[in-house]
Amino acid sequence: MNMASPATAASPTPLVRARDLCVSFATPRATVNAVNGVNLDLAQGESLCILGESGSGKSVTLRALMRLNPPKRTVVTGELNVANQDVMQMTQAQLSQYRGPVVSMIFQEPLSALDPVFTIGHQIAEAIVRHEGISRKAARARALSLLELVQIPSAARRLGAYPHELSGGLRQRAMIAMALSCNPRLLLADEPTTALDATVQIQILLLLRKLQRELGMGVIFVTHDIGVASEVADRVAVMYGGRVVEEAPVEILIRSPRHPYTSGLLGATVHAGTRGTRLTTIPGAPPDLAELPAGCAFAPRCTRAEPGCHKAVPPLLEVTAGHHVRCPVVCPARIQAPINV
Amino acid sequence: MLEYTLKRIAYTIPIGLAVSLVCFMLVHISPGDPIDSIVPPDTPTEVIEQIRAEYGLDRPLPVQYGLWLSRALQGDFGESISKGRPIGPDLWVATKNSLMLAAFGATLGFVIGCVLGGAAGAFRDSWIDKLCLGIALFGVSVPHYWLGMVLVIIFSVQLNLLPSMGMGPTGPWAWDWDHLRFLVLPAVTLSLIPAGLVTRTVRGLVSDIMGQDYITTLRGKGLRTSGIVLHVIKNAAPTTLAVMGLQLASLLGGSILVEAVFAWPGTGMLLNNAIFQRDLPVLQATTLVLAFFFVFLNLIVDLAQTALDPRMRRT
Repeated sequence: MNMASPATAASPTPLVRARDLCVSFATPRATVNAVNGVNLDLAQGESLCILGESGSGKSVTLRALMRLNPPKRTVVTGELNVANQDVMQMTQAQLSQYRGPVVSMIFQEPLSALDPVFTIGHQIAEAIVRHEGISRKAARARALSLLELVQIPSAARRLGAYPHELSGGLRQRAMIAMALSCNPRLLLADEPTTALDATVQIQILLLLRKLQRELGMGVIFVTHDIGVASEVADRVAVMYGGRVVEEAPVEILIRSPRHPYTSGLLGATVHAGTRGTRLTTIPGAPPDLAELPAGCAFAPRCTRAEPGCHKAVPPLLEVTAGHHVRCPVVCPARIQAPINV
Repeated sequence: MLEYTLKRIAYTIPIGLAVSLVCFMLVHISPGDPIDSIVPPDTPTEVIEQIRAEYGLDRPLPVQYGLWLSRALQGDFGESISKGRPIGPDLWVATKNSLMLAAFGATLGFVIGCVLGGAAGAFRDSWIDKLCLGIALFGVSVPHYWLGMVLVIIFSVQLNLLPSMGMGPTGPWAWDWDHLRFLVLPAVTLSLIPAGLVTRTVRGLVSDIMGQDYITTLRGKGLRTSGIVLHVIKNAAPTTLAVMGLQLASLLGGSILVEAVFAWPGTGMLLNNAIFQRDLPVLQATTLVLAFFFVFLNLIVDLAQTALDPRMRRT
């Protein structure tokens, strides 16, 4: 999303580099434009959080990084490089080599994302056998150490357990162990704590933060929860209508949001900065991705919208170092030079 | 699992008893006196009563049931009224013949159904799907005795390739082409209904499973298609086996018309003859054996399902 963030600048070749990434789904009735030109940079070892409400295109963006959207109905365009590999040019066979050892994903709902009729141990070991060609027995031993890594108590016994026999928190830990099984360089997490109890959520987040630091992975989180974002992320990108509307280091974004949508989102959430103030709401509903407005997608709901907002999609501009906003009202284009893509 | 297995086996005892009671009662609530069919109309009443006493038909029903069941469990089903000889050996041979035919027909239907259904489910809404569904619809809707006759006309009468009647050369059955060729047409005819049902079941299961989140997870792990197929099969297996087990059981008894068309000397033929000759002991015995097979196959299906799907073990 920006080329000037400090972490990116330090590393000559970023782990993830996406340019003008677009994803659309062809349905019989209409074409749904879920992601409309997202730029993304992530350095090795960096943690980025994509924040947005349902239908903002955040999960679709995440899946597009693995080319995991249903192949028949999905059109993905743009540039996408992960770990110096051109993901857009990959064949199905190359993709299956890429998924696992280079990039892996933690899904939102571990109960439905784990196969109910295979044991946890089998499901972790099969990925290791697939990618490293080691024996089943050795893979099982690795699976055991992975379960210990994600702090599952009495791990040896859990290896033979089926998903339904574990609690929600343990299931998500097993899911994390599975995602880590082939030592990925990039870990994607699609709302990893949404399906969990509040007390378990924070444990999982702390575990993920710890693992990310220990293993030096790049991590991209998707969430609608600003609390989660502030817990785990270095940088936050706010998405709306399939575009990034604001992006900044996490402290800056929470302390001084610029985009009206981000302000609205923060005003509607309970967090440290809202103590003592009344929660606000954003009027209206998210846009229909099949019929996006010509201008800013948020303009129809925006209290500060000007006539120009409805005409053309505003560019993403840098307001201060590492803080980018896509809003002509709070950040007029004549003051700031647009960032080239 | 062991506890469940023992429990499930124990459940079959009351089920079996109830089934035997129904078999026994069915005959007694049906109209007509079996004695009428074996004696001339002008037989004196005393003689009829004497015959009735010989067959034990004059005793109270619960006593008749108890005697009948205890003998049946020892393999003694009494004497056929129309043939005047023990039912046991005839029933044994007929059951063996029917079992063989049903096993071949069901296996064939199962394989066809899995292949067509798997293809249809994997390529949902394509022409493959439509073709497979069309075949399945034909399978479940065409009357199979009619199809049997059509097959006879084509392969026996016109092409003269396969025999149309019986079980082949007299003497004991042997596993060679001379005998097996007699099995082809009836088995194919019989396979049609299970093939259609299994196709539809497997298609629904496969397309449902392919849309599940865990399949996305498997793709996300970088598994090859073959690895994903393994997961689809294990998830689809319990339901498919259940459908198949019940189909096999109903083929055993439900092939009356097909056995009649191909003159296959199985339980279907036995039942057919027993019905027309009002041979109640044969009817009772055959129904009982078929019902026990049904109970037995249900047991096997339940155990197989539980072995395959760990979520069913919690009871």
